[in-house]
Amino acid sequence: MRASPRMPLMDDAAVRRALARMAREIVERNGGIDGLVLMGIRRRGDVLAALLRDEIQRAEGRPPPTGALDITLYRDDLAEVGPRPVIGETQLPPDGIDGHTVVIVDDVLYTGRTVRAALNELMDWGRPARVLLCVLAERDGRELPIQADIVGRRVDVPGDERVEVLVPAEDDRLGVDLVDPGEAR
Amino acid sequence: MSAGSMLLKGGRVVDPSQSLDAVRDVLIVDGVVAALGTDLSAPEGARVVDVSGKVVTPGLIDVHVHLREPGQEHKETIATGARAAAAGGFTAVVAMPNTDPVIDSPALVAYVAAEGAKAGAARVYPTGAISLGLAGERLAPMGEMIEAGAVAITDDGHPVMDSGLMRLALEYARGFGVPIADHPEDLGLSAGGQMNEGVMSSRMGVRGKPNASEDVHIVRDLLVAEFTRGHIHLQHVSTRFGVEAIRQAKARGVHVTAEASPHHLLLTDEAVEGYRTEAKMNPPLRTEADRAAVMEGLRDGTLDVIATDHAPHHYDEKEQAFDDAPNGIVGLETAVGLILTHVVGKGVLDLPTMVERMSTQPARAFGLPGGTLADGAPGDVTVLDLDASWTVDPDAFESRSRNTPFGGWELTGRAVMTVVGGRVVYEG
Amino acid sequence: MSRAVSSPLGKDLVGLEGLSADQIRTILDTAEPFKEISQRRVKKVPVLRGKTIVNLFFEPSTRTRVSFEFAEKRLSADTVNISSSGSSVVKGETLVDTARNLEAMQIDMVVMRHGSSGAARFLAERIPSNVINAGDGRHEHPTQGLLDLLTIRDHRGPIEGLKVCIVGDVLHSRVARSNIFGLLALGAEVAVCGPRTLLPVGIEEMGVGVFARVEEAMEWADVLNVLRLQLERMQGGFVPSLREYNRIYGVSRARLDATGRDLLVLHPGPMNRGVEIDSDVADGPHSVILNQVTNGVAVRMAVLYLLAGGAPDKAEAAKQGGEA
Repeated sequence: MRASPRMPLMDDAAVRRALARMAREIVERNGGIDGLVLMGIRRRGDVLAALLRDEIQRAEGRPPPTGALDITLYRDDLAEVGPRPVIGETQLPPDGIDGHTVVIVDDVLYTGRTVRAALNELMDWGRPARVLLCVLAERDGRELPIQADIVGRRVDVPGDERVEVLVPAEDDRLGVDLVDPGEAR
Repeated sequence: MSAGSMLLKGGRVVDPSQSLDAVRDVLIVDGVVAALGTDLSAPEGARVVDVSGKVVTPGLIDVHVHLREPGQEHKETIATGARAAAAGGFTAVVAMPNTDPVIDSPALVAYVAAEGAKAGAARVYPTGAISLGLAGERLAPMGEMIEAGAVAITDDGHPVMDSGLMRLALEYARGFGVPIADHPEDLGLSAGGQMNEGVMSSRMGVRGKPNASEDVHIVRDLLVAEFTRGHIHLQHVSTRFGVEAIRQAKARGVHVTAEASPHHLLLTDEAVEGYRTEAKMNPPLRTEADRAAVMEGLRDGTLDVIATDHAPHHYDEKEQAFDDAPNGIVGLETAVGLILTHVVGKGVLDLPTMVERMSTQPARAFGLPGGTLADGAPGDVTVLDLDASWTVDPDAFESRSRNTPFGGWELTGRAVMTVVGGRVVYEG
Repeated sequence: MSRAVSSPLGKDLVGLEGLSADQIRTILDTAEPFKEISQRRVKKVPVLRGKTIVNLFFEPSTRTRVSFEFAEKRLSADTVNISSSGSSVVKGETLVDTARNLEAMQIDMVVMRHGSSGAARFLAERIPSNVINAGDGRHEHPTQGLLDLLTIRDHRGPIEGLKVCIVGDVLHSRVARSNIFGLLALGAEVAVCGPRTLLPVGIEEMGVGVFARVEEAMEWADVLNVLRLQLERMQGGFVPSLREYNRIYGVSRARLDATGRDLLVLHPGPMNRGVEIDSDVADGPHSVILNQVTNGVAVRMAVLYLLAGGAPDKAEAAKQGGEA
């Protein structure tokens, strides 16, 4: 029996250190920030994308265009989970994504289905030159052949625990927790 | 139908025609009532039935049924209707002439009478149409139809809109002593209506028939009957004003008799909510004020008779959008249970008055034999079990149709034996 | 086999009567993001991919059918249109047989317009598919009611406390009924105005005010929803002439200006210009008639999406002939 159903993996400082490194990797991979676009997946991925944008601005002097993807209507599990009455809006940067290097930002990479949906939606919006996947936490359990290009931290999940990323806008703090199933966020 | 002999022993005999409510034996010999008494003994070969604990009444009579034959035998036949009547405790029914073809000639009247006799269940009395083909234009051969066995003249289902024709019918019928029965509805006011006009119809978006469509026609019929001194029989009265108009006309001495149907006594237009076609009928179920007024009219005798307006329809016909479904419900096999449970059981009528409204008065209004257990009367008897609890199961009906809003109702009291001419035609 | 999930609306959308304020708000809120999809380059999302929808129109309709079709296609559903001309409808097939055939073809959703009040409910009770009422007789036209609500909300904020007057042939109007039920559920004050021959009996008992004169209605209301006067009403004798109708009940610029108030004017279309509404109103600054059309697609997308979660448990009950 574990003492607590919720075990912290990364605190605020650890997440910020990881984001700073990830921001450097993004710029390195793109060879600068020209043609770079960050697209965060709602919800939490968009918050992380904003934090990455701020890091890049600190380092490079100007921010890359940043948008948000709502993949609700691209999910493949409507019949299982039912409709979500609250659908967020997808926001593209003013210049769009055509010909850009688009970095999809999400909190946790698990089955890969969310990323599949995000890729499909992205293709409906335009034709990026290249797409990179950037996640704060990566765990095993992939159901699709999808892998992250830039990873904040790899997490080994022993049982049926969940990896949860917490962001200030949604959860009042920044961090990554390992959560016992049944424990609500 | 061959005449029979039997002795019903030890029942509570309720016969309003003789102001009798006491334990008596009822002896029927060769199809007619031979004696009421105590410790009667049966002649050789007569069936003896112990009916102690049960109620014995003169056979119940329903003066308003649709047996659909000829022409719509998929809904009902004269035989299935007569059996349904017997199963509901009725020893006689009066069949409406709106068949296909319309009963507007003596040959067709004779056909209905003959088929009824062949059925060997409840007696079936034919009626003839007022107008040829129910067209509301020219009188059908009333005298010949009466000679052939018609007990009343009616265009039921097709109100006589021409007041001049109604005058002629009422005057002409006087010479034969039969009532003119009318379905009171002003077709101009009710045009297109599918249910009662009111808040419910407005909410449901269904065209309504206002009370006034019935009231106007009732008043018209009463006034024409008054000046012609004919006998008008008003069918299935459903409105508050209609009941009051009849009450006042009776006080003036107008020769009027009138019906209350079980559904108008017990249901309101709330029963059609959800577009329930099994509660769609004409006249429509109306408001609570109307329902209460019909009940009061029955109680005080303004409405002389309880009649079911038994109107069988095939399930395919009721299984349609509300506007497209036909009007009417079956009533023969639920009436006794409904009235015993919800009219007698609630103290509105006592048992003798119920028997009066369902036997004595129907016989009187239509000049039928029966309605009494006086010596020499037809040996038509209904035996009621007042304590039997049962649930209305349309699938168990003898009728060929199941269109009733009363399916699943829990009732107390029913007919357990129906005797026609000294022969048991139903036992259950 | 997917497990049972329930849509926030239940299996069907037969009418707005009986829906809670929360359910109606859920639909309107869900419609908001769908407005944006129609602005995209690729006006299509895959959320209903693989779903089969039949648009079953027993009465002619262009705008409602087209609006539903756009909504369905933008959600990537496969659609089939069946309209009264050339279908078995005219060959005397009963509604119940049509229902059984649809069931046998494993249709996911049915959008139906029918001339009889209650027809949508009739179908919904007999098939496991989701049923959306696209107008049944004089009963309801719930998606029209919803798009009117959305349009009013877009321009006037929360519906609660707004005064809305429905002008014209309320008696024969399914649009009027859906508006009345929806507006009352959301806390609006509702009135009707028109010749008494075209107002339903007992309308006051539904919690609706009545104005005899359109000028008085305009003094009172924040929003006017002007109904189409079917030309056959004149033949039916409900109004003596179209000219008289326009003169007494017509919504004209002069009447609007006389109030000195900023009224919002809706019309479900198609309009009879110069009868119930004058062109300078229809095309003028008060009118939001084209916004209604745009919102129609978004609201229908929202309804399709919310119902599409499917509710196999309820569908099963419907199949057994029980209440759904």
